[in-house]
Amino acid sequence: MNKKSQKSQTSQKSQTSCILEGSQAIAQTINNIKPTVISAYPITPQTHIVEDLAKLKADGKATYEYVRAESEFAAASIVTGASATGERVYTATSSQGLILMAEVLFNIAGMRLPVVLTCANRGLSAPITIWNDHQDAMTIRDAGWIMLFAENHQEAVEQHLLAYKVAENLGLPAMVNIDGFVLTHTYESVNIPTPAQVKKFLPAYKPVKGTYLNPENPVTFGAFATPAHYMEIRQELHNALVNSQELIKKEYNNLKKAIPEIIKPTEKATKINNGLVEYYGPKNPKTILIALGSLVGTIKDVVDSESDVGVLKIKCLRPFPEKEILDILKTAKHAAVMEKAISLGATNGPMAMDIKAGAKNKIDTHIKSYVVGLGGRDITKQMIKKIIKDAENKNDAIKFIG
Amino acid sequence: MHQIRIHGRGGQGVVTAAELIAIAAFNDGWQAQAFPSFGVERTGAPIEAFARIDKNSIRTREHVYEPNVLIIQDATLLSSIDVARGCDKKTIVIINSTLPKEKIKIKLPQKNIFVIDATKIALEEIGKNIVNTVILGAFAKATGLVTLKSLEKAIEQKFGEKNKSLVEKNINAIRKAYNL
Repeated sequence: MNKKSQKSQTSQKSQTSCILEGSQAIAQTINNIKPTVISAYPITPQTHIVEDLAKLKADGKATYEYVRAESEFAAASIVTGASATGERVYTATSSQGLILMAEVLFNIAGMRLPVVLTCANRGLSAPITIWNDHQDAMTIRDAGWIMLFAENHQEAVEQHLLAYKVAENLGLPAMVNIDGFVLTHTYESVNIPTPAQVKKFLPAYKPVKGTYLNPENPVTFGAFATPAHYMEIRQELHNALVNSQELIKKEYNNLKKAIPEIIKPTEKATKINNGLVEYYGPKNPKTILIALGSLVGTIKDVVDSESDVGVLKIKCLRPFPEKEILDILKTAKHAAVMEKAISLGATNGPMAMDIKAGAKNKIDTHIKSYVVGLGGRDITKQMIKKIIKDAENKNDAIKFIG
Repeated sequence: MHQIRIHGRGGQGVVTAAELIAIAAFNDGWQAQAFPSFGVERTGAPIEAFARIDKNSIRTREHVYEPNVLIIQDATLLSSIDVARGCDKKTIVIINSTLPKEKIKIKLPQKNIFVIDATKIALEEIGKNIVNTVILGAFAKATGLVTLKSLEKAIEQKFGEKNKSLVEKNINAIRKAYNL
C-alpha cells in the first residue's frame, strides 16, 4: 500500500456518540453489562472506574451490589466468592493493587471462575510511581487469566464485552488492560453500548446447575489435590486457556456483527484485525514494530510517515497467539518488540521472550527487545523512529530507549 | 491537527481546562483528545495538560511538544519553567496577566500574544481565583477553534451535576472574557 492511502484514516465521526474519560467509558459499559456484584478497594492505586460505579449505584442508576473492600486482596476475594455462587462479577485495580491480589488471581483461574477485572496498567514500587507501564500485568501473566490489551477507549469498551462472553462461556477469568492515565484519564470520543445492545451479544449469565455454590446442589471449589491429580488439573487449565484463542476470534466476529457501532473502526492501512492481533502497515514491510495497548496509536502515526514499516498490535497476550504473530512477522526482515515492562535480570523483555522463543527455527525475522516508557516516561515519535533504525543493527542486547 | 498545551499550577483547574476544550471541540463536530501530564497534583506545583483537535481520529499519545496554542494560566511560571519550548512564530499564546504584552517575558512574536486579566474576571464573576474557564473565553476568541456556544455547552456537561449557579457563573465569566 502506498503512503498516500495509508494517511487517509477512517473518520469515526458518524459513529461517535460522546466524549468521555476512559474510566467513565468503562464504568458506563460495565453498568450496562449488568454484573450483580462489584467489589473494589477505593484508595490509590485506583481509578475513576470504581468511583463512577459507586456513584452510579449511589444515584440509583445501577442494579449491582457494590461492596467496598478493605484491600485489593479482599476485593478480589469478595468477587471470587460471589462468582462461585453463580453471579456475574466485576472488579478493577492497578499496580500495587494488582500484585496484592496475586494470590487470589491464581485461585480464581484455578477454580475456573469467570471473573472480569480491569487493570489500569501502572508501574510497580520501588521507587514509588503512580504512572503508566505494564509491569503490573506482566507480573501476573502466568496466573491463568485471559489478558486483553486495549489501544483506545473504543477498543477497551469492545474488549470488556468480549471478556465477559468468553469468560462465561469457558469458565476462565479475563483481565482487560488499559493504560493507566494514558487511557484512564484521557478524554476522547467513544460509543457506549446501551443495555439493549449489550443483551444482543451478551445474554444474562445463567451458569449450569451444579457448577456453582448452591445448598441444593452442593459442590466444592478449590479443593485439595494430591500429586496424583494436581498436574492434570493444571494442564487442563492450560489447555483451556490455549484453546480459548478460537473462541476469542469467533466472538470478536460475532460482536462486530451484533453491535458494529461499538467496534473500533477498521483503519485503511489495517490488513489483519481479529480478537487476538492487529497488523497495520504495508504488505511486505522491512521492519515490524510490536507493542501492546495505547502505544500502538502513536506507532501508527509513525508508520504512516515511513514506507516499509508496519506495526503488530498484540491484543491478547494470554493465551499467547503465537501462530498469528509468526504469520505476520515472517515476511519482515527486522522486528522490534517495544515493551513498557521488564523482567529484571532476564536477557529480554517478557513479551520479547515469548516471541523470540516462538520464532526460533520457524521464521528468519531478526527480533530485538526494547524497554520503553517505564514509570510513565513519555514515548515520543522520535524514540519510535530511533528504534526503527536500531532494529537493523545486529547487536541483540536488550535496549532501554527513553 | 491543532495541538494545545496549557501551563498552570495545581488547583487552578489546568486539567479541567484541557478537558473543556476537547468537549467543546467535540460539540463542534471535531475529533478531540485531552489529557494531563500526569503529575502528582499538589496545590501550587507546575502542571501541564494537553488537548488535540483534528478532523480525523486522533491516535498519538505523546505529549504536546510543538503547540499551535499555548495557554498560560499563571504568569509566575515564566520565571521558573520554559513554557515557550517547542513553540514557533505562529504559536498563539494566551496568558493570564495584569501586564501589557510588551512586558510579558516570553520570546515569541508579540502579534501572537493575547493577554487577559483572567484573575480579575474570575474574582468578579465566579468569586474565586480559578481562572481556567475565563481563559477559555479568550481561547475561543483568539483561536476560533471552538465556538462560544459549544464551550458553554461543555461547561454544562462538565459542571451540570454539581450546581446550576456554578455553571451560570462560569458561563458569565467566559462570555465576559470572549467579549473583551
